[in-house]
Amino acid sequence: MSIKTRKKKDKIFTLLVMFLSILTILPLFLILLYLIKAGFSALNLDLITKVSRPIGERGGALNSIIGTLIISLLATLIATPISVFTGLFIFEYRKKVVSKILNITVRLISGIPSIIIGIVVYLWMVKPLGKYSALSGSVALAIMMIPNTVTSTVETLEMIPIGLREASLALGASFAKNITKVILPLSIPGILTGVLIGLGRIAGETAPLLFTAFGNPFLNLNIMKPMDTLPLLIYNYALSPFEEWHKIAWGASLILIFIVLILNVLAKWIVSKWNR
Amino acid sequence: MENLKALIQRQSGNIIYRFASIKKLLNFDKILKISLFISAALVLGIVLGFVVTLCVASFDFLKSVGFSSLLKDTWNPLTDEFGASPFIFTTILVSSLSLLLSIPFSLSIAISLSDKKGNKLLQSFLNTSLDLMAAVPSVIYGFWALFTLSPLVRLLQTKLGFAPMGVGLFTAVIVLTIMIIPFSAGISREVIKLVPQELEEAGYSLGATRYEVIRSIILPQAKSGIIAGFILSMGRSLGETMAVTMVIGNFNAFPKNIFSPANTISSLIANQFNEASGLHQSALIFLGLILLVITLLVNLAGAFILKGSRR
Amino acid sequence: MKKTLMILLGLLLAPIPAVTAELTGAGATFPQPLYSKMFDVYYKTRGVKVNYQGIGSGGGIQQLIAKTVDFAASDAPMTTSEGEKARSEILHIPTCLGAVVITYNLKGNPELKLTSDMIADIYLGKIKYWNDPRIQKLNPDVKLPKLVITPVYRADASGTTFIFTDYLSKAVPEWKEKMGVGKSLNWPIGVGGKGNPGVTSMVQQIEGSVGYVELTYALQNKLPTALINNKAGKFIKPNAESASKAVGKNVPPHMKVSITDTDSPDGYPISSFTWILVYRDLSYLKDVNKAKELYNLLWWIIHEGQEFATPMNYAPLPQSIISQLENNLKRLVFGNQPLWKI
Repeated sequence: MSIKTRKKKDKIFTLLVMFLSILTILPLFLILLYLIKAGFSALNLDLITKVSRPIGERGGALNSIIGTLIISLLATLIATPISVFTGLFIFEYRKKVVSKILNITVRLISGIPSIIIGIVVYLWMVKPLGKYSALSGSVALAIMMIPNTVTSTVETLEMIPIGLREASLALGASFAKNITKVILPLSIPGILTGVLIGLGRIAGETAPLLFTAFGNPFLNLNIMKPMDTLPLLIYNYALSPFEEWHKIAWGASLILIFIVLILNVLAKWIVSKWNR
Repeated sequence: MENLKALIQRQSGNIIYRFASIKKLLNFDKILKISLFISAALVLGIVLGFVVTLCVASFDFLKSVGFSSLLKDTWNPLTDEFGASPFIFTTILVSSLSLLLSIPFSLSIAISLSDKKGNKLLQSFLNTSLDLMAAVPSVIYGFWALFTLSPLVRLLQTKLGFAPMGVGLFTAVIVLTIMIIPFSAGISREVIKLVPQELEEAGYSLGATRYEVIRSIILPQAKSGIIAGFILSMGRSLGETMAVTMVIGNFNAFPKNIFSPANTISSLIANQFNEASGLHQSALIFLGLILLVITLLVNLAGAFILKGSRR
Repeated sequence: MKKTLMILLGLLLAPIPAVTAELTGAGATFPQPLYSKMFDVYYKTRGVKVNYQGIGSGGGIQQLIAKTVDFAASDAPMTTSEGEKARSEILHIPTCLGAVVITYNLKGNPELKLTSDMIADIYLGKIKYWNDPRIQKLNPDVKLPKLVITPVYRADASGTTFIFTDYLSKAVPEWKEKMGVGKSLNWPIGVGGKGNPGVTSMVQQIEGSVGYVELTYALQNKLPTALINNKAGKFIKPNAESASKAVGKNVPPHMKVSITDTDSPDGYPISSFTWILVYRDLSYLKDVNKAKELYNLLWWIIHEGQEFATPMNYAPLPQSIISQLENNLKRLVFGNQPLWKI
């Protein structure tokens, strides 16, 4: 093969790779553009100050926005301590078989399809309690969140210099003191990043909420009652034939994607700051 | 009187003693250790609980219908016929097709991102975009596909002489492809980055072009890792629910052609679980269990290969 | 950080003042436009929130059996086996009448006449194109295109499907034999939409599609509705009036009556009551005030609530059955206390 054809091949290959790379991310921009185009006209004060209205009447998405905030934050409150403790466990006993099993378990949880989490939480909570509730939705989302947070906790802990840990132990610090005064403060940024990324993921999750949080056209703050969320609203309104509802759904999508992006950017910012 | 005093003293001593023992019992070290154990047990319990719950809840169905349903193809709750094969078939078909479609795109973007001489600005742009793609909620992908992708598919169907449904297998595959690229590309990127720099440099110093280096050095080195990445992203797409449910057309039988409406396990559950009871609910939960088992197996296989490739 | 967390925790766990009872119901999407309107007005006038989720009639019934909702709504009466599963008596309270219309997506929105045989054959996949000689012959004034017909059915278990298939089973022997009556069937062809809204949306989007939905959904979305032949051989346009004409003279006291394929000469043949289903003994709600609120709501629906039916294209309940209905409602109890006396 002459150098010329080889160079030519290389050039074609480079162009092809470039072209496919651009093509790959094209849908993202199509979606964002479409969302901005369709959602921007729906973004008004009504959308964030009014609740759902009967079919054919202009309403808002306040109930869903509040619901998303409550359900996702509650899920975070449930998932974070469990995940951080599990992460510490895996780290403390990293040489034992238990930790290896836990590691695999965490990976398995992250592989459970979200709809199945919905089914199981329905069987665990909704059926026995006799009601759909925001709390059951939060539990479902918390389960989804655990793997991410555990992994980031363990990864962070592993990055703490062994010298530091041993120094504090050598100075006579107890197990608990060592963890609360030395290890946790150092790993907060890393854990926080994991939590934020997990939060960004569950805030947009719909499937597990279909059988748990259920939805609610009224503004509801009681976690023992059904509650609406932005993804539920988008799902229901998107499948409807009503122009008005489509508009609200586009507006809601724009808000949701904004929340998700902010959380991701925040997580990245913390990482970059911490790395420095 | 004396007796009473003694009694009180004894009692209070008792109380103090008890209090002290509680304090001893509840020292911070122990609380923390217990919490660690409880949390770890909870996490283990979740997976066990899932499997047990699903098994128990699908027991009714297994008892009366059994595994023979895996081979049947009629799904009719009215007559208590619950053939599972169309949904299992469609689930695997949709995720394999989207996986195949995603390969050239994922590989290209992974190659672009791992090019050490590439344009840094462009790379960070691609990188960020990829992360954002992974972050877009499934329901938004579905909503977008329903309103922009299916009209396009409808045009195509009219051209080809199919009924212009716009929803169905084809649309679902396209959306799913877009959704899984960030995952497979992400893993491929990491694996390619792990290829020793010296190998690459050696290739260049022998006068190889970038194409040749990638084809004969990087890809062979990273092969098993890349395959693992694709398997793992297939694990994700198997259980993907919302976007697929919104565009697949909800047809409870084997798809007749590539444009035909169909149903995956997860879209069937999303549509029917709230209304199902008795045998019907048990059948859906059984399907859920099958989905869980398939997904876990695929994930384990992926993780196993990935681990091997990192050695 | 700690402070904000504490505040958040406080906010979440703060006892929410129990000023108003809140009722949760689920089920049919057929009357959902009317219910959402009624419950909106009810909240404004009575201060009671009624959370109604349109998950389909089948879903409503199953969730009532599972006791996860306070009431269900369905366009199909409970079947015997469903009744057995509920283990306790369930009352069917009709709330209004509606028509299931055959709607379609054809250029120019022509008004078509269709017979029960044709509808059955379309959904069985036997009539494949719009310019089928049988349809064309019945509609000589419309130039029908050679376009594939895409039938749209319900993906969820639906009372609307029940009404539709109940009618077809009565009118078309072949349908009865091959497909039967039910809330969800094994469709041989077509696309599934979720709920009445989902089917309407599919029909709106797919050229050449045909679907069955409640009248309101077609009218609100400016979709055409077909005229259907009834038993008397007349082609009837679906509207609130022709739906109410389908009601026979005698409605039995339990109110579970099918009025499809009506004998009445001016009645639209795919009409139906739609019901709210409640347990007769509401003590499972554990809260007598909540039970009373539910009783009040039902009383309001069959009286004041009726005025919202006509503007939303539903037919109000016939006057003749109201007093019987009142008697039925008075049978609602909480343990051994009759609710109307509380």
